[in-house]
Amino acid sequence: MAPLSGIPGSGLAKGLAVTLRTMTKRSVTAQYPDALPELPPRSRGVIALFEENCTVCMLCARECPDWCIYIDSHKETAPPAAPGGRERSRNVLDRFAIDFALCMYCGICIEVCPFDALFWSPEFEYAESDILDLTHERDKLRDWMWTVPAPPALDPAAEEPKEIAAARKAADKAAAAAAAAAATAEPGQGEQAEQGEQSDRSDRSDDQGKGDA
Amino acid sequence: MNDTLDVVLRLIAVLVVFLVLPLLVGQTEHKVMAHMQGRLGPMYAGGFHGWAQLVADGVKFAQKEDIVPADADRRVFQLAPAVALLPYLLVLIAIPVGPDGFVGQTVDAGLIFVLAVMGVGVLGSLMAGWASANKFSLLGGLRTAAQLMAYELPMLLTAASVAMAAGTLSLPGIVDGYHWWWTPWQLVGGVVFFTAGLAELQRPPFDMPVADSEIIFGAYTEYTGLRFALFLLAEYAGIVVLCALTTVLFLGGWHGPWSGSAGWLWTLVKTALLAFVVIWLRVSYPRLREDQLQKLAWTVLIPLSLAQIALTGVVKVVIS
Repeated sequence: MAPLSGIPGSGLAKGLAVTLRTMTKRSVTAQYPDALPELPPRSRGVIALFEENCTVCMLCARECPDWCIYIDSHKETAPPAAPGGRERSRNVLDRFAIDFALCMYCGICIEVCPFDALFWSPEFEYAESDILDLTHERDKLRDWMWTVPAPPALDPAAEEPKEIAAARKAADKAAAAAAAAAATAEPGQGEQAEQGEQSDRSDRSDDQGKGDA
Repeated sequence: MNDTLDVVLRLIAVLVVFLVLPLLVGQTEHKVMAHMQGRLGPMYAGGFHGWAQLVADGVKFAQKEDIVPADADRRVFQLAPAVALLPYLLVLIAIPVGPDGFVGQTVDAGLIFVLAVMGVGVLGSLMAGWASANKFSLLGGLRTAAQLMAYELPMLLTAASVAMAAGTLSLPGIVDGYHWWWTPWQLVGGVVFFTAGLAELQRPPFDMPVADSEIIFGAYTEYTGLRFALFLLAEYAGIVVLCALTTVLFLGGWHGPWSGSAGWLWTLVKTALLAFVVIWLRVSYPRLREDQLQKLAWTVLIPLSLAQIALTGVVKVVIS
């Protein structure tokens, strides 16, 4: 630039050169409805709900900075596990809705969910002509769950995910106990105790396993 | 009878050219401008790369309501688009395309006819600006007038230089007398002529009369529908005429390899290249300020054209 600027008209020529060079390059226009965009992984398109994992803990609704999550639930009781025990109670989700007209896509609800029930989906084509229609209910949010991509692969030297490590540890322990039981003379007693413990553990790991999916 | 048929056919041919070439230039402008800015331009109208965009625009303009402002000078307001457009049709009749009478009508003093009639086209903007009863239109009209005053002079002077070189005012005569070394000889004149022509057409970077950021759309602010479309068409017809005229006067018209059989093609190719340059300049340069525009005309273009005339005279005397 500096050595050229001495020649009169070099600025004009430079302007022409820039436009001509741009013309020979491929244009950057994305022909969106005809060609879908290539979205980066972890795109924040829409929030999907994996409702099987939701325990109605309300953390997401309370953490949401613009209060765009609506949750209704009721409590159901189940008969006691053992006779004479207390009734078990659990929360049942009645309504889970996100108002995407208010949502600012901060992702705090997804971060804060302790049971991995909320996920980012790259799906973005859910425009509506009425702002009220942007409040999407649980069935729609559940449908978006199918568009959630698999979690990115771990780094080569990364530590094993916590839930897999825990599950493996439990499995190892169970196998060792089974081996020990087989080694001792009486097989019947040891196995029963073993089974009770195992089913308890599998319940927990089941929850986490789904969240992982 | 045969003569009548001949005249009618020539007129029809000129009319077809008048209707088709400006649209081609307009479509090229859409696409070239888009790609120069890293865009694609129209892609849908007509299916293939938006080839029918201007047809669609025309249909849209035809559907729009034709409004005349209440305080406008009704007659003049309605007449202005025709005054802006028709001169270019008339000029097109006199521009030679190929050798041996490949021209709408040979006019003896063709150069004078062409320049005089082209000047009339600008009156359309002036009429529009005055008749609209709108201060922005009036400002635009006054700017148009100032621009016409400033740029008609260098344009005429450089055209006179070519006429001196050829020793004739007839356009086919000028092309007939052309030799390749005329182009370097008249180079300065050609550049001045082209620049002044751009300014007279109010093309960017000389579009102060319609400067949309300052005076909305100048003289055309109050126009809608077909009348507005006619003004736009006049601009593109003006590009065709200016490029064809520059080709004829400075680039040797139909001269080129195989000019005997494909001379008309040479004229068209040269015209198209110049039209590309017109678009290119529009994309590359920002609009000049009104005072810069006047300064360019009076302190640069007119001295240059006078120098060109002097050079032409000296060379003419030396070689004869």
